[in-house]
Amino acid sequence: MRKYIIKRLLLSAVILVFVAFIIYVLMRSLPTSYLEQVARAKSQQPGSKSFEEWMEQLSATYGMDKGIIPGFFSWCAKALRGNFGDSWRWTVPVTEKFHDTVWLSFVMGGIAFIFELLIAIPLGVLAATKQYSRTDYAITVIALAGISLPTFFFASLLKLLFSVKLGWFDLGGLVGRNYERLSPMGQILDKADHLVLPIVTLVVISVGSLMRYTRTNMLEVLNADYIRTARAKGLSENRVIFHHAFRNTLIPLVTIIGGSLPGLFSGALITETLYSIPGIGYTSYQSMVSGDIPFSMFYLVFLSILTLLGNLISDILYAVVDPRVRIS
Amino acid sequence: MGNTDNRDNPENITNKEIENNAQNAEYSLNDDRRVKTLSPGALVVKRFIRNRVAVTGMIILAFMFIFSFIGGAITPYKEDQLFYRYDEQKKQYAGVTQNSELRYVQDGSFSSLAQAQFLLAQIKNTDTFKVKGTEYTYEKVNDEFFVIYEEGKEEPVACATYDIISSSTGNEKLPFPLQYAILEAANSGESSFELDGQTYEVFGDGTVTLNGEEIAYASRYIVQPIMSDVFLTRGFKEELIESIEAGEEEFHYVDADGLEADYFITFNPASSNWSVLQTAQTKVFDTYASPSKEHILGTDRNGMDMLTRLMYGGRVSLYIGFIVVIIETGLGVIFGGIAGYFGGWVDNLIMRIVDIFYCIPSTAIIIILGAAMDAMRVDPQIRMIYLMLILGFLGWPGIARMVRGQILSLREQEFMTATEACGIRASRRIFRHLIPNVIPQLIVISTMSLGSTILTEATLSFLGLGVKFPFASWGNIINDVNDTFVLTNYWFIWIPAGVCLLLTVLAFNLVGDGLRDAFDPRMKR
Repeated sequence: MRKYIIKRLLLSAVILVFVAFIIYVLMRSLPTSYLEQVARAKSQQPGSKSFEEWMEQLSATYGMDKGIIPGFFSWCAKALRGNFGDSWRWTVPVTEKFHDTVWLSFVMGGIAFIFELLIAIPLGVLAATKQYSRTDYAITVIALAGISLPTFFFASLLKLLFSVKLGWFDLGGLVGRNYERLSPMGQILDKADHLVLPIVTLVVISVGSLMRYTRTNMLEVLNADYIRTARAKGLSENRVIFHHAFRNTLIPLVTIIGGSLPGLFSGALITETLYSIPGIGYTSYQSMVSGDIPFSMFYLVFLSILTLLGNLISDILYAVVDPRVRIS
Repeated sequence: MGNTDNRDNPENITNKEIENNAQNAEYSLNDDRRVKTLSPGALVVKRFIRNRVAVTGMIILAFMFIFSFIGGAITPYKEDQLFYRYDEQKKQYAGVTQNSELRYVQDGSFSSLAQAQFLLAQIKNTDTFKVKGTEYTYEKVNDEFFVIYEEGKEEPVACATYDIISSSTGNEKLPFPLQYAILEAANSGESSFELDGQTYEVFGDGTVTLNGEEIAYASRYIVQPIMSDVFLTRGFKEELIESIEAGEEEFHYVDADGLEADYFITFNPASSNWSVLQTAQTKVFDTYASPSKEHILGTDRNGMDMLTRLMYGGRVSLYIGFIVVIIETGLGVIFGGIAGYFGGWVDNLIMRIVDIFYCIPSTAIIIILGAAMDAMRVDPQIRMIYLMLILGFLGWPGIARMVRGQILSLREQEFMTATEACGIRASRRIFRHLIPNVIPQLIVISTMSLGSTILTEATLSFLGLGVKFPFASWGNIINDVNDTFVLTNYWFIWIPAGVCLLLTVLAFNLVGDGLRDAFDPRMKR
């Protein structure tokens, strides 16, 4: 087992280096960056140096004057020591900005994830046990509708209904207008209030796939021989489903849930942008759109690490939960 | 499936029939004797048609295709045709001020410094004042008319008055001597005066005529047109001033040629002047028009027909979906097929590339590239092609993985050993014997990814990083809701596009789901 994990880790590291390289080449080949905006703005000030001179100076300051390959290695060397440089757009160290924003995204994603589990698993099990019934069709269609729903359209509908017509929530942002004057408890409630719509959006958009996954796996288990045996023994249907079938469905579920845990840190790029929630997703969206290379570079590599970590965790969990895998 | 039931059910067959059957078995070609068999394809179709949800999806898709492709062809409007409407807009036509201070009539030599000195002298009740070494004297004809002389000159240099002399024939300024003569005559109550050998007549209402023709008039109001090419006739001015004095807010004027026009008068207390507004018809873009007979879904921000945009948007979304899926399926089949068939280091290499592609955060990459294309001002049409290539290039690893897995299990089967024994070459073995066996899964996965590609494209276009104006796409149509006013007031702009998008993606998913069930021979209903 340990050998397997070490092998996987090494392989992940190699993949990560390649991914980082591809991202680096891509970022460096972009025709524009935030530096040019800065240089243009600075060169237009009275009595300033020309655009080219500013560009040269800024490139030298941020290490952009090296070739792509030496640049990549120096980036790697710094990144290994935890130094990702200063963000151009936010003018603070990248890691500091990351630290400021990631926890909000994590809380939001975490709450949404818990709701997803609470809704998806029971409904998925229900759909599987009543296969081809009306309930099953309804759940399947709802799940597919959730998957098919464009995030931005759903968010707009929610805003129209709850923010404009009913006036229950603000249209966007994390804090209200008089946030500063609230008590500490009131401030927390204010933030929670602003997170309701984004979390509802996240849950509705992503609950469908987990629901279908649960249903498919539950169906597979229900068709297994040992379920027939359990029924033949004369066990009650409840016992068959919850004691024999559901426990076995948990194997794939636990692996996929474990695998998606790292993803909670990645932030919900689209949803956060739509609701202007200053989490890691919205922050990096702004950075990427304005060509802030250090921050985008960090965020993309961070996302790759999360993906690799997710795969690794789900594979390891699979071996932990299912003894049959361990032997081979 | 069901067609063999009659023959297999022994209870339905009486003994007699069995005897008959036995006798006729060798000769009978009757229909009831035939075993109806269906080809695997027909079985799939049959299973698919039984799935009501999937058929609903198919119907929605058919509708969307007709709507986008045929609808776009029969709609009377073009994708980027602009519509106009005539709007009654009140435009500033003239400004009216009542003169309440002394105005100087002069030929240009009486400076503003001198004017100030004159006012001081008048307050102090002295007859003379000095400006820069030049001495001036003034003569008070009455409370409202002063004549100013420069020392040593016979003719006056300026006069100060509350009346304003305007020319009756145009906007040009009358020469100072004439103005002075008119003012002098009017203030001394004379009915005529002579200047340069010509006799002018002055009437009690301020009119001045030369040889019986009106050339100028005096008034306490200054009426000035806003546009320099407009000349306001005296008749107009007088009627306007009458209505102002009567405190009316609306003013109707019929000019000498019989043309009528309505004007609105508003008083601005801050600058104590009246502005005269004329209602004029202006051609404007017919933006955000409500649904009507001509525009069933109204018009958008640019004054384009919404329904037509929706149809063309559907075209763009479907085109992009299909092309991207073709690209990613092509790449996926080629790489997956090679990896699965050859195995060994080739497989290892391709699978590691797939791992790397899996790891690349595609949404973020597409956003960065979209922003870069924004900065480079890429032509919208070329941009659309780039978008398809990028989406296709980032999407193939999933398909490659699936194809490889299937081929790995298929190549161990007997029929592959047979092809090898026959000496069929490798490319033919892959594409002729292995790939066709993967097609069912390929169709399912392609249908599903059509839906998700359309969704990705719409999201990008919504963010302004995908399909750009003037091309319509369902995503960039909804983009208008970023304006809260549109979100709140113009449902017809964004709700139909969102519903179309949702229905199409849902339909692709339903059909994909139905196909998966239909292709699966283990499916029992």
